[in-house]
Amino acid sequence: MIGIEHYLTVGAILFVLGVLGIFLNRKNVIVILMAVELILLAVNLNLVAFSAFLQDLTGQIFAMLVLTVAAAEAAIGLAILVIYFRTRGSIAVDDINRMKG
Amino acid sequence: MLIQAIAFYFFAAIVVASAVMVIWSRNPVHSVLWLILAFFNAAGLMVLLGAEFIAMLLVIVYVGAVAVLFLFVVMMLDIDFAAMRAGFSRNAPLGLLIAAVLLAELLLAVGAYSAGGLTLGKAAGDAVQAADTSNIEALGALLYGRYIILFEIAGIILLVAMIGAIVLTFQPPKPGARARQDVGKQIRRRPEEATVMKNPEIGQGIEL
Repeated sequence: MIGIEHYLTVGAILFVLGVLGIFLNRKNVIVILMAVELILLAVNLNLVAFSAFLQDLTGQIFAMLVLTVAAAEAAIGLAILVIYFRTRGSIAVDDINRMKG
Repeated sequence: MLIQAIAFYFFAAIVVASAVMVIWSRNPVHSVLWLILAFFNAAGLMVLLGAEFIAMLLVIVYVGAVAVLFLFVVMMLDIDFAAMRAGFSRNAPLGLLIAAVLLAELLLAVGAYSAGGLTLGKAAGDAVQAADTSNIEALGALLYGRYIILFEIAGIILLVAMIGAIVLTFQPPKPGARARQDVGKQIRRRPEEATVMKNPEIGQGIEL
Protein backbone atom coordinates (compact mmCIF):
# COMPACT_ATOMS: atom_id res chain seq x y z
CA MET A 1 0.00 0.00 0.00
CA ILE A 2 1.36 3.36 -1.02
CA GLY A 3 1.06 5.90 1.78
CA ILE A 4 1.94 9.55 2.11
CA GLU A 5 5.44 8.74 3.34
CA HIS A 6 6.32 7.23 -0.04
CA TYR A 7 5.44 10.47 -1.79
CA LEU A 8 7.25 12.52 0.84
CA THR A 9 10.34 10.36 0.33
CA VAL A 10 10.30 10.99 -3.40
CA GLY A 11 9.86 14.70 -2.72
CA ALA A 12 12.79 14.68 -0.28
CA ILE A 13 15.05 12.88 -2.77
CA LEU A 14 14.13 15.35 -5.52
CA PHE A 15 14.78 18.30 -3.23
CA VAL A 16 18.19 16.97 -2.23
CA LEU A 17 19.08 16.32 -5.86
CA GLY A 18 18.23 19.92 -6.62
CA VAL A 19 20.47 21.20 -3.83
CA LEU A 20 23.25 18.86 -4.97
CA GLY A 21 22.88 20.15 -8.51
CA ILE A 22 23.48 23.70 -7.30
CA PHE A 23 26.65 22.58 -5.54
CA LEU A 24 28.01 20.46 -8.37
CA ASN A 25 27.44 22.89 -11.23
CA ARG A 26 28.49 26.07 -9.51
CA LYS A 27 29.77 27.61 -12.73
CA ASN A 28 26.87 26.87 -15.01
CA VAL A 29 23.93 29.15 -14.30
CA ILE A 30 21.62 27.30 -16.67
CA VAL A 31 21.98 24.03 -14.77
CA ILE A 32 21.59 25.94 -11.49
CA LEU A 33 18.27 27.30 -12.75
CA MET A 34 17.22 23.78 -13.71
CA ALA A 35 18.15 22.57 -10.22
CA VAL A 36 15.96 25.31 -8.75
CA GLU A 37 13.13 24.03 -10.94
CA LEU A 38 13.72 20.54 -9.51
CA ILE A 39 13.50 21.94 -5.97
CA LEU A 40 10.22 23.67 -6.76
CA LEU A 41 8.93 20.45 -8.33
CA ALA A 42 9.72 18.60 -5.09
CA VAL A 43 7.83 21.27 -3.12
CA ASN A 44 4.86 20.90 -5.46
CA LEU A 45 4.89 17.14 -5.06
CA ASN A 46 4.82 17.50 -1.27
CA LEU A 47 1.98 20.02 -1.40
CA VAL A 48 -0.12 17.83 -3.66
CA ALA A 49 0.60 14.71 -1.59
CA PHE A 50 -0.50 16.38 1.62
CA SER A 51 -3.51 17.83 -0.16
CA ALA A 52 -4.57 14.40 -1.35
CA PHE A 53 -3.98 12.55 1.90
CA LEU A 54 -5.52 15.21 4.16
CA GLN A 55 -8.54 15.62 1.86
CA ASP A 56 -8.00 19.37 1.60
CA LEU A 57 -7.79 21.05 -1.80
CA THR A 58 -5.98 24.13 -0.48
CA GLY A 59 -2.67 22.41 -1.06
CA GLN A 60 -3.39 22.08 -4.77
CA ILE A 61 -4.32 25.78 -4.97
CA PHE A 62 -1.00 26.61 -3.36
CA ALA A 63 0.82 24.27 -5.74
CA MET A 64 -0.58 26.36 -8.59
CA LEU A 65 0.85 29.50 -7.00
CA VAL A 66 4.24 27.81 -6.68
CA LEU A 67 4.00 26.84 -10.35
CA THR A 68 3.36 30.47 -11.28
CA VAL A 69 6.32 31.67 -9.27
CA ALA A 70 8.53 28.99 -10.85
CA ALA A 71 7.57 30.09 -14.35
CA ALA A 72 8.16 33.77 -13.52
CA GLU A 73 11.50 32.93 -11.93
CA ALA A 74 12.65 30.98 -14.98
CA ALA A 75 11.67 33.83 -17.32
CA ILE A 76 13.43 36.53 -15.28
CA GLY A 77 16.48 34.34 -14.61
CA LEU A 78 16.97 33.50 -18.26
CA ALA A 79 16.47 37.15 -19.25
CA ILE A 80 19.20 38.19 -16.82
CA LEU A 81 21.37 35.40 -18.22
CA VAL A 82 20.88 36.62 -21.78
CA ILE A 83 21.87 40.23 -21.00
CA TYR A 84 24.80 39.03 -18.91
CA PHE A 85 26.00 36.91 -21.82
CA ARG A 86 25.48 39.82 -24.19
CA THR A 87 27.73 42.14 -22.19
CA ARG A 88 30.42 39.68 -21.08
CA GLY A 89 30.42 36.92 -23.68
CA SER A 90 30.32 34.16 -21.09
CA ILE A 91 28.04 32.99 -18.31
CA ALA A 92 30.69 31.96 -15.76
CA VAL A 93 29.17 32.77 -12.39
CA ASP A 94 32.56 32.88 -10.70
CA ASP A 95 33.37 36.37 -11.89
CA ILE A 96 29.84 37.69 -11.63
CA ASN A 97 30.91 39.79 -8.64
CA ARG A 98 32.68 42.11 -11.06
CA MET A 99 29.25 43.52 -11.78
CA LYS A 100 29.29 45.42 -8.50
CA GLY A 101 28.82 49.13 -8.72
CA MET B 1 -3.84 -1.77 -5.18
CA LEU B 2 -0.96 -3.69 -6.72
CA ILE B 3 -1.19 -1.83 -9.99
CA GLN B 4 -1.07 1.44 -8.05
CA ALA B 5 2.07 0.32 -6.24
CA ILE B 6 3.70 -0.72 -9.52
CA ALA B 7 2.78 2.60 -11.14
CA PHE B 8 4.07 4.56 -8.15
CA TYR B 9 7.43 2.82 -8.09
CA PHE B 10 7.72 3.13 -11.87
CA PHE B 11 7.10 6.87 -11.90
CA ALA B 12 9.16 7.49 -8.76
CA ALA B 13 12.16 5.56 -10.10
CA ILE B 14 12.10 7.41 -13.41
CA VAL B 15 11.64 10.82 -11.81
CA VAL B 16 14.59 10.26 -9.49
CA ALA B 17 16.79 8.82 -12.23
CA SER B 18 16.06 11.68 -14.61
CA ALA B 19 16.67 14.23 -11.85
CA VAL B 20 20.09 12.65 -11.34
CA MET B 21 20.74 12.95 -15.06
CA VAL B 22 19.66 16.62 -15.04
CA ILE B 23 22.47 17.55 -12.69
CA TRP B 24 24.95 14.97 -13.99
CA SER B 25 24.70 15.32 -17.73
CA ARG B 26 27.58 17.02 -19.54
CA ASN B 27 25.47 18.67 -22.20
CA PRO B 28 22.89 21.22 -21.00
CA VAL B 29 20.60 20.33 -23.90
CA HIS B 30 20.48 16.79 -22.54
CA SER B 31 19.85 18.26 -19.10
CA VAL B 32 16.78 20.06 -20.40
CA LEU B 33 15.49 16.89 -22.03
CA TRP B 34 15.98 14.93 -18.80
CA LEU B 35 14.15 17.74 -16.97
CA ILE B 36 11.21 17.27 -19.34
CA LEU B 37 11.17 13.55 -18.55
CA ALA B 38 11.26 14.32 -14.82
CA PHE B 39 8.30 16.67 -15.15
CA PHE B 40 6.29 14.12 -17.12
CA ASN B 41 6.82 11.48 -14.47
CA ALA B 42 6.07 13.89 -11.63
CA ALA B 43 2.82 14.63 -13.45
CA GLY B 44 2.20 10.88 -13.45
CA LEU B 45 2.72 10.79 -9.69
CA MET B 46 0.22 13.61 -9.28
CA VAL B 47 -2.33 11.75 -11.39
CA LEU B 48 -1.89 8.81 -9.01
CA LEU B 49 -2.65 11.19 -6.14
CA GLY B 50 -5.91 12.25 -7.78
CA ALA B 51 -4.75 15.76 -8.70
CA GLU B 52 -5.32 15.60 -12.44
CA PHE B 53 -5.54 19.34 -12.95
CA ILE B 54 -2.19 20.08 -11.32
CA ALA B 55 -0.66 17.23 -13.33
CA MET B 56 -1.91 18.68 -16.62
CA LEU B 57 -0.82 22.14 -15.54
CA LEU B 58 2.64 20.76 -14.81
CA VAL B 59 2.91 19.30 -18.29
CA ILE B 60 1.56 22.42 -20.00
CA VAL B 61 3.50 25.03 -18.03
CA TYR B 62 6.78 23.23 -17.52
CA VAL B 63 7.14 21.18 -20.67
CA GLY B 64 5.33 23.63 -22.90
CA ALA B 65 6.79 26.88 -21.63
CA VAL B 66 9.65 26.62 -19.16
CA ALA B 67 11.54 23.74 -20.76
CA VAL B 68 11.21 25.28 -24.21
CA LEU B 69 12.51 28.57 -22.80
CA PHE B 70 15.50 26.72 -21.35
CA LEU B 71 16.17 24.95 -24.63
CA PHE B 72 15.91 28.24 -26.50
CA VAL B 73 18.42 29.96 -24.24
CA VAL B 74 20.83 27.00 -24.17
CA MET B 75 20.87 26.81 -27.94
CA MET B 76 20.96 30.58 -28.51
CA LEU B 77 23.95 31.31 -26.31
CA ASP B 78 27.27 30.11 -27.67
CA ILE B 79 28.89 28.77 -24.55
CA ASP B 80 31.86 26.49 -23.96
CA PHE B 81 30.22 24.00 -21.67
CA ALA B 82 33.35 21.93 -21.12
CA ALA B 83 35.01 24.78 -19.25
CA MET B 84 31.86 25.12 -17.19
CA ARG B 85 32.46 21.73 -15.63
CA ALA B 86 35.95 22.55 -14.44
CA GLY B 87 35.09 22.71 -10.75
CA PHE B 88 32.78 19.72 -10.87
CA SER B 89 34.92 17.17 -9.06
CA ARG B 90 36.34 19.78 -6.70
CA ASN B 91 32.89 20.74 -5.48
CA ALA B 92 31.62 17.16 -5.38
CA PRO B 93 32.72 16.07 -1.85
CA LEU B 94 31.22 19.06 -0.06
CA GLY B 95 28.06 18.89 -2.12
CA LEU B 96 27.64 15.17 -1.51
CA LEU B 97 28.20 15.65 2.22
CA ILE B 98 25.60 18.39 2.48
CA ALA B 99 23.18 16.41 0.32
CA ALA B 100 23.60 13.30 2.49
CA VAL B 101 22.98 15.27 5.69
CA LEU B 102 19.95 17.01 4.18
CA LEU B 103 18.48 13.77 2.88
CA ALA B 104 18.96 12.05 6.24
CA GLU B 105 17.22 14.91 8.01
CA LEU B 106 14.32 14.99 5.58
CA LEU B 107 13.82 11.23 5.75
CA LEU B 108 13.96 11.44 9.55
CA ALA B 109 11.20 14.02 9.41
CA VAL B 110 9.14 11.83 7.08
CA GLY B 111 9.62 8.83 9.38
CA ALA B 112 8.62 10.86 12.42
CA TYR B 113 5.54 12.12 10.61
CA SER B 114 4.44 8.68 9.45
CA ALA B 115 5.10 7.12 12.87
CA GLY B 116 2.07 9.05 14.05
CA GLY B 117 1.42 10.66 17.39
CA LEU B 118 2.00 14.18 16.10
CA THR B 119 -0.91 16.55 16.37
CA LEU B 120 -0.05 18.52 13.28
CA GLY B 121 -1.39 17.69 9.85
CA LYS B 122 -5.10 17.87 10.51
CA ALA B 123 -7.27 18.80 7.58
CA ALA B 124 -7.84 22.52 7.61
CA GLY B 125 -11.57 22.45 7.16
CA ASP B 126 -14.16 22.59 4.47
CA ALA B 127 -12.01 22.64 1.31
CA VAL B 128 -12.91 19.02 0.63
CA GLN B 129 -13.50 17.60 -2.81
CA ALA B 130 -17.05 16.26 -2.81
CA ALA B 131 -17.47 12.70 -3.95
CA ASP B 132 -19.55 13.53 -7.02
CA THR B 133 -17.41 16.39 -8.38
CA SER B 134 -14.32 16.12 -10.49
CA ASN B 135 -10.99 17.47 -9.34
CA ILE B 136 -11.00 20.37 -11.79
CA GLU B 137 -14.55 21.37 -10.84
CA ALA B 138 -13.77 21.46 -7.13
CA LEU B 139 -10.51 23.32 -7.74
CA GLY B 140 -12.23 25.87 -9.94
CA ALA B 141 -14.94 26.55 -7.38
CA LEU B 142 -12.29 27.07 -4.73
CA LEU B 143 -9.92 29.11 -6.91
CA TYR B 144 -12.53 31.53 -8.22
CA GLY B 145 -14.28 31.76 -4.88
CA ARG B 146 -12.34 31.78 -1.67
CA TYR B 147 -8.89 32.13 -3.22
CA ILE B 148 -9.70 34.77 -5.82
CA ILE B 149 -7.13 37.15 -4.33
CA LEU B 150 -4.46 34.47 -4.68
CA PHE B 151 -5.47 34.03 -8.30
CA GLU B 152 -5.19 37.77 -8.98
CA ILE B 153 -1.80 37.90 -7.27
CA ALA B 154 -0.59 35.05 -9.49
CA GLY B 155 -1.71 37.03 -12.53
CA ILE B 156 0.15 40.13 -11.35
CA ILE B 157 3.29 38.07 -10.70
CA LEU B 158 3.17 36.80 -14.27
CA LEU B 159 2.58 40.33 -15.61
CA VAL B 160 5.54 41.70 -13.66
CA ALA B 161 7.73 38.82 -14.85
CA MET B 162 6.70 39.43 -18.46
CA ILE B 163 7.38 43.17 -18.28
CA GLY B 164 10.65 42.52 -16.46
CA ALA B 165 11.88 40.06 -19.06
CA ILE B 166 10.99 42.44 -21.90
CA VAL B 167 12.62 45.44 -20.19
CA LEU B 168 15.77 43.44 -19.44
CA THR B 169 16.33 42.06 -22.91
CA PHE B 170 15.04 44.98 -25.00
CA GLN B 171 17.73 46.73 -27.01
CA PRO B 172 16.83 50.19 -28.33
CA PRO B 173 17.81 50.48 -32.01
CA LYS B 174 21.07 52.35 -32.58
CA PRO B 175 20.61 55.54 -34.61
CA GLY B 176 21.46 54.95 -38.25
CA ALA B 177 22.11 51.26 -37.70
CA ARG B 178 18.81 50.09 -39.05
CA ALA B 179 16.71 51.03 -42.08
CA ARG B 180 14.06 53.40 -40.80
CA GLN B 181 10.89 54.59 -42.41
CA ASP B 182 10.99 58.14 -43.79
CA VAL B 183 7.40 59.14 -44.47
CA GLY B 184 8.21 62.35 -46.35
CA LYS B 185 10.57 60.53 -48.69
CA GLN B 186 7.95 57.90 -49.36
CA ILE B 187 5.30 60.51 -50.19
CA ARG B 188 7.62 62.54 -52.44
CA ARG B 189 8.40 59.47 -54.55
CA ARG B 190 6.73 59.64 -58.01
CA PRO B 191 5.85 56.71 -60.29
CA GLU B 192 8.03 57.96 -63.19
CA GLU B 193 11.22 57.88 -61.12
CA ALA B 194 10.45 54.50 -59.63
CA THR B 195 9.31 52.46 -62.66
CA VAL B 196 10.53 52.04 -66.22
CA MET B 197 8.40 51.03 -69.20
CA LYS B 198 10.14 48.88 -71.83
CA ASN B 199 8.90 47.12 -74.92
CA PRO B 200 11.54 44.46 -75.61
CA GLU B 201 11.97 42.63 -78.89
CA ILE B 202 10.87 39.01 -78.86
CA GLY B 203 13.81 36.72 -78.24
CA GLN B 204 16.01 39.61 -77.13
CA GLY B 205 17.21 40.31 -73.65
CA ILE B 206 16.47 43.49 -71.83
CA GLU B 207 18.99 45.85 -70.33
CA LEU B 208 18.07 48.22 -67.57
